[in-house]
Amino acid sequence: MSMNLDANIPEGPLADKWQNFIANERLVNPSNKRKFKIIVVGTGLAGASAAATFGELGYEVEAFTFHDSPRRAHSISAQGGINAAKNYPGDGDSVHRLFFDTVKGGDFRAREANVHRLAEVSNEIIDQMVAQGVPFAREYGGLLDNRSFGGAQVSRTFYARGQTGQQLLIGAYQQLSRQIGLGNVKLWNRMEMVDIVNIDGRCAGIVCRDLLTGEFSSHSAHAVVLATGGYGNVFYLSTNAMSCNVTAAWRAHRRGAAFANPSYTQIHPTCIPQADDFQSKLTLMSESLRNDGRIWVPVSADETRTADQIPEDERDYYLERIYPSFGNLAPRDVSSRAAKRMVDAGQGVGPLKNGVYLDFADAIERLGRSTIEERYGNLFDMYERITGENPYETPMRIYPASHYTMGGLWVDYELMTTVPGLYAAGEANFSDHGANRLGASALMQGLSDGYFVLPYTISMYLSKLLNKPIPDASHEEFTKVENEARDRFANYLAIDGTQGPDYFHRKLGKIIWDYCGMDRDADGLRKALSDISSLHEEFKKDLKVTGSDKNVNQTLEKAGRVDDFFELGMLMCKDALNREESCGGHFRVEYQTDDGEAVRNDEDFAYVSAWEWTGDPLEPNEHKEQLEYEVVKFQTRSYK
Amino acid sequence: MTILTNITIKIWRQEGPDTEGRFETHQIPEISDEASFLELLDILNERLIEEGKEAIVFDHDCREGICGTCSMMIDGQAHGPQKGTATCQLHMRTFSSGDEIVVEPWRATAFPIIKDLMVDRAPFDRIMEVGGFITAPTGGAPDANIIPIPKPVIDASMDAASCIGCGACVAACPNGAANLFTAAKITHLNLLPQGQAERYKRAEAMVEKMDEYFGSCTNHGECEAACPKEISIDTIATMNVDYWKSKFKNRQHLDR
Amino acid sequence: MAETLNRGPVSGTAVTSPAKRKPFFVDFYSTAVGKKYVMALTGMIGIGFVVVHMIGNLKMYLGVVNEGELRVYDIDWYGEFLRELLVPIMPRTYVLWGLRLLLIAAVLMHIHAAYSLTFLNRKARSVKYQSARDYQVANFASRTMRWTGIIVALFIVWHLADLTWGWANPDFIRGAPYHNIDTSLSRVPVAILYIVANIALGIHLFHGTWSLFQSMGWSSPRFDSWRRGLATAIATIIVVGNVSFPIAVLAGVIEFDPDAINCCIEGEEGG
Repeated sequence: MSMNLDANIPEGPLADKWQNFIANERLVNPSNKRKFKIIVVGTGLAGASAAATFGELGYEVEAFTFHDSPRRAHSISAQGGINAAKNYPGDGDSVHRLFFDTVKGGDFRAREANVHRLAEVSNEIIDQMVAQGVPFAREYGGLLDNRSFGGAQVSRTFYARGQTGQQLLIGAYQQLSRQIGLGNVKLWNRMEMVDIVNIDGRCAGIVCRDLLTGEFSSHSAHAVVLATGGYGNVFYLSTNAMSCNVTAAWRAHRRGAAFANPSYTQIHPTCIPQADDFQSKLTLMSESLRNDGRIWVPVSADETRTADQIPEDERDYYLERIYPSFGNLAPRDVSSRAAKRMVDAGQGVGPLKNGVYLDFADAIERLGRSTIEERYGNLFDMYERITGENPYETPMRIYPASHYTMGGLWVDYELMTTVPGLYAAGEANFSDHGANRLGASALMQGLSDGYFVLPYTISMYLSKLLNKPIPDASHEEFTKVENEARDRFANYLAIDGTQGPDYFHRKLGKIIWDYCGMDRDADGLRKALSDISSLHEEFKKDLKVTGSDKNVNQTLEKAGRVDDFFELGMLMCKDALNREESCGGHFRVEYQTDDGEAVRNDEDFAYVSAWEWTGDPLEPNEHKEQLEYEVVKFQTRSYK
Repeated sequence: MTILTNITIKIWRQEGPDTEGRFETHQIPEISDEASFLELLDILNERLIEEGKEAIVFDHDCREGICGTCSMMIDGQAHGPQKGTATCQLHMRTFSSGDEIVVEPWRATAFPIIKDLMVDRAPFDRIMEVGGFITAPTGGAPDANIIPIPKPVIDASMDAASCIGCGACVAACPNGAANLFTAAKITHLNLLPQGQAERYKRAEAMVEKMDEYFGSCTNHGECEAACPKEISIDTIATMNVDYWKSKFKNRQHLDR
Repeated sequence: MAETLNRGPVSGTAVTSPAKRKPFFVDFYSTAVGKKYVMALTGMIGIGFVVVHMIGNLKMYLGVVNEGELRVYDIDWYGEFLRELLVPIMPRTYVLWGLRLLLIAAVLMHIHAAYSLTFLNRKARSVKYQSARDYQVANFASRTMRWTGIIVALFIVWHLADLTWGWANPDFIRGAPYHNIDTSLSRVPVAILYIVANIALGIHLFHGTWSLFQSMGWSSPRFDSWRRGLATAIATIIVVGNVSFPIAVLAGVIEFDPDAINCCIEGEEGG
């Protein structure tokens, strides 16, 4: 089957495309806006900001969240900051530089036009959030403070202590709350989207399961926006929140939305290493710590002394040694792999020898403890709460962990998936980060999509539907999809095997981490594909879900999510196997230089792989969107 | 890593909002002190599922102490015995072998129990919806640096803004009052220059909405002690002043 | 207050029909925060009274003084002074009655606010915690406010019956405080009652004084650390001062001597 992967990029030079789009877009008359209903699934940064803005514009909006409140989404956990090309410090930043850094950071696998737009609206985001009361850090003079962030040579990151994601999400939540209060947005809480419904070639609505009553319901709309986050929890152990899942995106994929670049997953270099076997999740320590911390391991693999006992000449500050110009600030994928190499070589630290040191002793000596406390106090406290160790006295132990997924639903310039009327925003789409995301860019993208992109682009589609009736939720297709969903969940309960969903999730995560994690190779990926497939079969036969489907049942919720992770996991491995190059978060051991650097293949792989569901998770169809670079020239990333 | 032995968990089970609940006792023979308290419940739940029993329902999500979803009384304290720590960041090293740990849901009339330890905190959202925002529709915001804000002001605002909306303040308050939650949001926004236009309208609307659901403050300070973000009850003083003033300002300006 | 779960979408929660504002006081007093304000204001009136009352009573220790030709107990003279406040601008006892009415109104409002807030608070947690609470900072004083409040209120009634109206003191002589205090507090059970009630009052003031700063919203980094100290000081001074009287009477330090004075007792009308 052919798939339309036309990205609908506007005419004109790169820097003018977004303004050209705005100048020429089809608008919806204010009095007609209330005739259009938009469903927004997810109330994180992208979802909340989109729903609030649609409400302000006058559309009829229904927002769905599976949390108890729109304030809980995982955007809240982002610590470090948000980038913008404000150039307040006057250190040479510009829209172009932010654009270029993002494309380069993404290892030349992102769509130029989307990234440029992201850089353009980055400044408006900061203005908007300050106007809404986000307490970004400020200098004594009262102006906004900036810091530099992993991989950037300018200070363009705005932050609110180590809680930037929280403050931005609360900002967007406040805007959404206002619209709910005014009656412009209807909020459905504790509702999980379990499928989408397509009628006559367009997305007609969604089917939800009420997490409190177990009831299924259909909701029709003119357009549906999925802002449902990333799929990093496929690894089981990740820094994602416990409920983060791929279900909404995956169900859309199964109904015809192409899934792009699933193998592009980001491993974050600074997480707290796993402490024992039953650990439920990993905790991220903001990358900003690398600004002042020095990363090292003992030179000897047999080292048994504590950190303070190891003399300077028996320490290997390996990032500073290998990447002298970027040192401890080398990009995430580069420093993650370096840490893995050290641990694999036996030089790991900690009781399980599964981490590397992030040492603040020099910084405390240079800047004083109070400065370090001011900058990272809450992170240090968090570290101490989790590990029981005081990082002011002993170095932190860190290790990479799955953190963010660049892949996601394929979208065009207008953020529409391959299903007309179905949009994807934020981490749920694939659009802006290429093969690797720069630090402090996730918040930027979520807010950009929600506040400044979708509100403009959605009218292009809606205007075509003016005064055309759309099927309501009583349409037979809704009934059919609703029944399928009902049966699916009834079946999880009916299997009555021996193991709960977490058992399978843990095993699945281990396979993916081992074979499709920080480095991948063809044999491993093939093995992973067959292992996942057989584990999935076991899941279908041996799953045990207790309780009923008539009230709250978190085991049942989890079963549905794990089921979808299986199929996604297979697609990830398939994509990773297919992409015979190393780029960004995707590192194939077969494609590296002698000293372990990634070897990209622009000749053959400068494209977006957009996968089509065929009904067999092992045999998806690949479609390609060739990436055309008008402005940026390919170059090998070097952080040496 | 040390292993704690013989932990007894006495945990509240309740089918639904209208049914009677009861404590259920479970033995945990061994658990690592590196485990978080919620991981202990995970392990218990996996065991229950294997035994064919229904898992204990509890709200949780980020497990980094920031989303505010987790919510339980542990040994008579909201979020358990560690100061400035949400349940999800509470680790077993806080406990000792042989301990009996009693776990109960938040209790407040405004937070009805949904099931087991899960409660409905929707009234917090209702308070936010009447005034917990600055009216600044998307687009048209002036440059972010146009209004300098002194660092001590932004720091104080940030202190209040760090509220995670978990409801521990209500749970810990002997009166089931939500003053700390409401005051934190009012203080966050009312300290900022951007928040001045709606300052008194906000204070009045939020306080009066809070009144529909919650008890009153008698200045025990239990909320501050239970708050995982250690938000100060000074914010309550700020709210009280702004509410008092709102009765004059709003009468003068809004009722014309 | 919501008792069961409502499902379905939420919207329009801030849309209210424009209602006419109620009269200022009714409007303000209708919320818990407003009631706490009233408690703080009336509490301040109460504290002011208690402090002045205690200082006035210290005149007991001055015993007999010479006022020209007259030899009187200083406290009796002080009582007369209160009745003659602002005379001749105001007629005799008018100002005293004004103050009394203010005080009575304050006490009644304090009690009403306390009663309705207690009722509200009970309703706010209709199902109690089923396991023991482990309070962190709520102290004995803050948690017993309603009990110390009730003790103090009952004591006030007794105190008036004993030393103002004289019903509870067979030896009561109108207008002779020194004599009345001596006769009343010489009864050991009464002395103990005074001591207990004043300790309750001190506990009530210890939390109340601190609490009123919060309720009034008087908080500033400059003086916040003083608030607890001030509360302790007021509570201590009141308890020490007031408890000293029954002890002094029982110890014989205060003892009415009809021969020491030459005026104003028996037959003279007080106000």
